[in-house]
Amino acid sequence: MDEGRSNKPVKAGYVRPLDLKHGRVDLTHGSGGRAMAQLIEQLFAAAFENEFLAQGNDGARFALPPGRVVMAIDSHVVSPLFFPGGDIGALAVHGTINDVAVMGATPIYLAASFILEEGFPLGDLKRVVDSMAAASRAAGVPIVSGDTKVVERGKGDGVFITTTGIGVVPDGLELSGDRARPGDRILVSGFIGDHGMAIMSLRESLAFATEIVSDSAALHALVAALIASVREDVRRDPHRGIRALRDPTRGGLATTLNEIATQSRVGMMLDEAAIPVRPQVEAACEFLGLDPLYVANEGKLVAIVAPEDAETVLAAMRAHPLGRDARQIGAVIDDRNHFVQMQTRFGGRRVVDWLTGEQLPRIC
Amino acid sequence: MKYIDEFRDGAVARQIGVRIAAEVQPQRRYHFMEFCGGHTHAISRYGISDLLPDAVKMIHGPGCPVCVLPIGRVDLAIRLALDHKVILATYGDCLRVPASSGLSLLKAKARGGDVRMIYSAADALGLARRNPQREVVFFAIGFETTTPPTALAIKQAAAEDLANFSVVCNHVLTPAAITNILESPEVRKLGTVPLDGFIGPAHVSTVIGSQPYEFFAEEYRKPVVIAGFEPLDVMQAILMLVRQVNDGRAEVENEFTRAVTRAGNLKAQQLVSEVFELRRSFEWRGLGEVPYSALALRGEFAAFDAERKFALETKHVADNKACECGAILRGVKHPRDCKIFGTVCTPENPVGSCMVSSEGACAAHYSYGRYEEDPIKTAA
Repeated sequence: MDEGRSNKPVKAGYVRPLDLKHGRVDLTHGSGGRAMAQLIEQLFAAAFENEFLAQGNDGARFALPPGRVVMAIDSHVVSPLFFPGGDIGALAVHGTINDVAVMGATPIYLAASFILEEGFPLGDLKRVVDSMAAASRAAGVPIVSGDTKVVERGKGDGVFITTTGIGVVPDGLELSGDRARPGDRILVSGFIGDHGMAIMSLRESLAFATEIVSDSAALHALVAALIASVREDVRRDPHRGIRALRDPTRGGLATTLNEIATQSRVGMMLDEAAIPVRPQVEAACEFLGLDPLYVANEGKLVAIVAPEDAETVLAAMRAHPLGRDARQIGAVIDDRNHFVQMQTRFGGRRVVDWLTGEQLPRIC
Repeated sequence: MKYIDEFRDGAVARQIGVRIAAEVQPQRRYHFMEFCGGHTHAISRYGISDLLPDAVKMIHGPGCPVCVLPIGRVDLAIRLALDHKVILATYGDCLRVPASSGLSLLKAKARGGDVRMIYSAADALGLARRNPQREVVFFAIGFETTTPPTALAIKQAAAEDLANFSVVCNHVLTPAAITNILESPEVRKLGTVPLDGFIGPAHVSTVIGSQPYEFFAEEYRKPVVIAGFEPLDVMQAILMLVRQVNDGRAEVENEFTRAVTRAGNLKAQQLVSEVFELRRSFEWRGLGEVPYSALALRGEFAAFDAERKFALETKHVADNKACECGAILRGVKHPRDCKIFGTVCTPENPVGSCMVSSEGACAAHYSYGRYEEDPIKTAA
């Protein structure tokens, strides 16, 4: 490999620096030897920098604030690794933070596991790791433990990242997908389909020029604002407030709503005209024969809210930069078939069914 | 979206709906077949049936290329991928079509077959250029709309001497299928399947023009209105059909004038006839053997004909006994008349081809229209 050229004998006390310009991941980076220690120290620990990693232990030991613990895990295999509006690193941080946050919890720590493919440029790895570090710092959720493995060339696709998140949810807050009741309102925090179409625009066989950027973002601050907006009402009457939150990632809005309808044994009626879709996304979907309802998001929330609190929660969403374009898009109805249905803009009605097959592979 | 939203305007749709309701004659029923899967999809997706009076019933026709693809042809594609180890390139819809022994192209891929989903014939050509050491076979399907791009790819391959590229041609012809339906015993024997007119294909007609339908209109006394795939196109076409029936006319009318002319796209027709010739007969799922209903590569292009190159033979494979796709494709039955609809046969586990493509009558009904039926049969 390229390192061969600059491979002078290692002097005592001197370790060859990581060649981030021309170097590539090789099997020694996962072998447990000096190369691996160097990679972890100079790349991962340096970027993620915190007291837990500095201890150099196999795990992180910490106490958690009072409340119940929420834990979530998410693997990321997105292709391509870099896309308009983000990359696999930021996505791996945002995705797991969001999974913790939609449980109503404050995300506190993350752990990350990397599967690297032999031959992956170290420069690209640094870009990914730096982006992860920046995302974790911006979110205030440090990465306190990690792992690295290297697989032979052809057995991976550059890098796969799995992140685990841990958070704490206060007692009394019971967000869950099985709590939707007929009459509840359905809110979405903004334009749908941006992430999936941003990825699609780069795909080898499809590449098209567009201004669509991924909506990849950490949603925990938005979630906290929504919960705070109805805290007093819920304290007075536990039957009010937010029933469920979810981030409509793979499978898009339609899949998320079908999941909640099935869990809660209810139906839903959406108003197509109210669902926010950017014209660029709608046009790209039209062109590719896709339905934006099934296209992935990485920075959007769906909220099921008691009818009397829908306006308060919607206003709180809109007051937050990540929820500026929030809309109420429908209501929960009684339906023993648990169908998600939609009043079409055209004036008819139809089922918004579970996604069948694979609309877009490896989107996150 | 400019030039799209105008054709999806709900207010205009309601006005046309009101017109249709006002013009249908009491005591009269109107049964129209939309030949194309594109229309079937639009009707279901936009909920057009909700805007029509009870007297107007839409019958879904066989115009879905995936739905009419016989099992034997998919088996042939699977053999190419698994036994001949070629790169098999095809459109996404083809991947899930159920074949023999519980296989599909998607399952063949999981077993190590190199199956690639492509978006155009040109993509298949690109694969062949990028993989000169591999045989690349384009499994081409579709009606007259997708035939010219296949013809172009073959001509291009010939010009470049791209010896590793070949095509399995499954291209079929719309007029032959319509004739077959009109000649079927169910339609001919009065009263079995009432059929008062056709919504003619949109994209197919941009290529072949409106002229080929004049024969049906005259010979079988059936009105044809060629319509675009947008929901307002379909509504307008239904109104035009109702008026023809009321007036006792049987003419070819063109609602889709923004794209269809009487003669069609002569350049595309020329290209197709240069590369392809008629097959004496071809099997259609649901319709059986239909004479002169499909195309094959001409002798000059034999080097690019995968069937000749790999000495492939298509075997007839019978449909699952419980599957009603045949009757549904002929308009004789509705998806809900099928015993396995929504129970054994679902989009996740399609038994029949009508459940595979979103243009298929069963998939469209399952995905968009099930709410009409309560209680519904669910897959538990």
